Amino acid sequence: MVDIEKNNAGWVANPERLKSIAFMLMTSVKGVTRAGFDLNELVVRVERDQLLKLLVLLRDHHLCRFEQLMDLCGVDFPQEKERFEVVYNLLSVSLNQRIRVIVKTDEYTPIPSVHHIWGSATWWERECYDLMGVLFSGQPDLRRILTDYGFEGHPLRKDFPLTGYVEVRYDVDQGQVVYEPVKLTQDLRQFNFDSPWEGLVTLPGDEKFFEKRQNIKPYSF
Amino acid sequence: MNEAKQQEIPSDARNVSAEIQQNDIRVMEGDSHTLNFGPQHPSAHGVLRVVMELEGEIVKRATPHVGLLHRGTEKLLEYKSYHKGLPYFDRLDYASPMCEEHAFVLATEKLLQVEVPDRAKWVRVLFAEITRILNHLLNVTAFALDCGAMTPSLWAYEEREKLMEFYEGVSGARFHANYFRHGGVAKDLPEGMEDKIGKWVKDFPKLIDDIENLLTNNRIWKQRTVGIGVCTTEQALSWGFSGPCIRASGVPWDLRRSQPYDNYDKVEFQVPVARHGDCYDRYLIRVAELRESAKIIEQCLQKMKPGPIKVEDNKISPPKRKDMKHSMEALIHHFKLYSEGFHVPAGATYTAVESPKGEFGVYLVADGSSKPYRCKIRPTGFAHLQALDILSHRHMLADMVAIIGSLDLVFGEVDR
Repeated sequence: MVDIEKNNAGWVANPERLKSIAFMLMTSVKGVTRAGFDLNELVVRVERDQLLKLLVLLRDHHLCRFEQLMDLCGVDFPQEKERFEVVYNLLSVSLNQRIRVIVKTDEYTPIPSVHHIWGSATWWERECYDLMGVLFSGQPDLRRILTDYGFEGHPLRKDFPLTGYVEVRYDVDQGQVVYEPVKLTQDLRQFNFDSPWEGLVTLPGDEKFFEKRQNIKPYSF
Repeated sequence: MNEAKQQEIPSDARNVSAEIQQNDIRVMEGDSHTLNFGPQHPSAHGVLRVVMELEGEIVKRATPHVGLLHRGTEKLLEYKSYHKGLPYFDRLDYASPMCEEHAFVLATEKLLQVEVPDRAKWVRVLFAEITRILNHLLNVTAFALDCGAMTPSLWAYEEREKLMEFYEGVSGARFHANYFRHGGVAKDLPEGMEDKIGKWVKDFPKLIDDIENLLTNNRIWKQRTVGIGVCTTEQALSWGFSGPCIRASGVPWDLRRSQPYDNYDKVEFQVPVARHGDCYDRYLIRVAELRESAKIIEQCLQKMKPGPIKVEDNKISPPKRKDMKHSMEALIHHFKLYSEGFHVPAGATYTAVESPKGEFGVYLVADGSSKPYRCKIRPTGFAHLQALDILSHRHMLADMVAIIGSLDLVFGEVDR
């Protein structure tokens, strides 16, 4: 039994094994562009066409055994060429470890679906498609899931306004719920509270305090 | 038309018509129909809509429709500072509010790299366990109510009221507590609270015994739940189960034990595991967890020592009201924290806690500003609900209610 290391950067059961997984992925798996630790969490970046092979390997390899896909989500970076990051958070209950696989894509290029590797992926992929507009190829049930029936747009994209485009209300005359363009009596106000001198990370005279607080040295195994 | 007969008929259309001509009279039996369950059904535990294809009373296929309570929490969080985003977490799983807050504050603290004081950790563990009892009392008894047993829910509601008084005592609110903070908790326990909780926890096991007396060996209860909605270990793993549902399927997995956070590594408790994966086992696990939670609460009360309840760093936690009357710096800190909020260094983390329902995770991406760049909430019920089709396959319609009850779904969390 390896000692459980617990520090502020979170908890890892077997750092040696995670390190060897990272080494294996970096050196001997095609398409892996980065495998490293970020705040004690193993993060792997992979090219789209090698994603399925990597995920099957992660599920079946005796060092990895990630039996569960706990979460799948998209992150939008609209300024980048391939704007979406799709993040797979995997968990191994037999070896007690986690890994995060990240793959990039844009609005038009589909990502291979993983519903045949983990059954739970179907709804996560539907959710990601619904909220982000990421496409998944080979997914038999790529419908919207969380938004309204007949909803248009993908609300979690950064270019989608917080207020949305349509609002609903019950119309007494028509006797049904009607959709209308959003009408706000007062514009949605976003106050910018950021200090104008935010570029100055360390305020004069505050250096020591800041050093202590921003102790952002990544924990190294 | 029954399936055997369908197979006998050749697929070639001409042969079919020839056969029809041969047998002038044919009996057609159509016994498949579609039924809409919810979203206003009281046993749907909120706003679940299940479209079921039935063959008589047997469920052939169940398609859950979710999203009727979707409020765009993840989008809203991107427009609020970390501090202002916290109350949204209470409103996710409204049956276990503080555990959801716990995931968010832990994720933020991980990015901030702050160490929370010991007492704050104990208070959080204490209230996370109170929350677990709140949730399990509601679930177990609502589940029993769905299956026809009314008394346990009345008893549990009374007990929940006592627990909510503790909630109210520390935070001022019975449900949406907004008590945990990034870097600790909002306030220290009021005077006498520890004694009150200690007194309550001594009496509590008796209530569990009473509920168990009514249910555990009850013939009707067992007929409704044993062997219903069986989830094998393989299925539980593949469908992303967690919490009591995966433990009922024979996987000894509890994040409090295997990936301890806060002070869970300093308390002793058992992780109940069952083997059959049916509704009855899920019920037994929850009842056993009630007892374990009571034990953890007792240990918390013993081990808690007076001390600070949030990080001393005023760049993260607000200064005391008293200091603000004298110190200019405290006033500035207060103003900055409640207008701009604290800045979180750029980075990403997936942090999960063992909420009463299972693994509740937060995937937090920070870009160095005072608002989350992206905050993905990993709901527990979402994964469980997805397996509803498999669990209810070829079950009777009435079993559907038992299965939904045993999965412990709360739609604030599933739909976010």
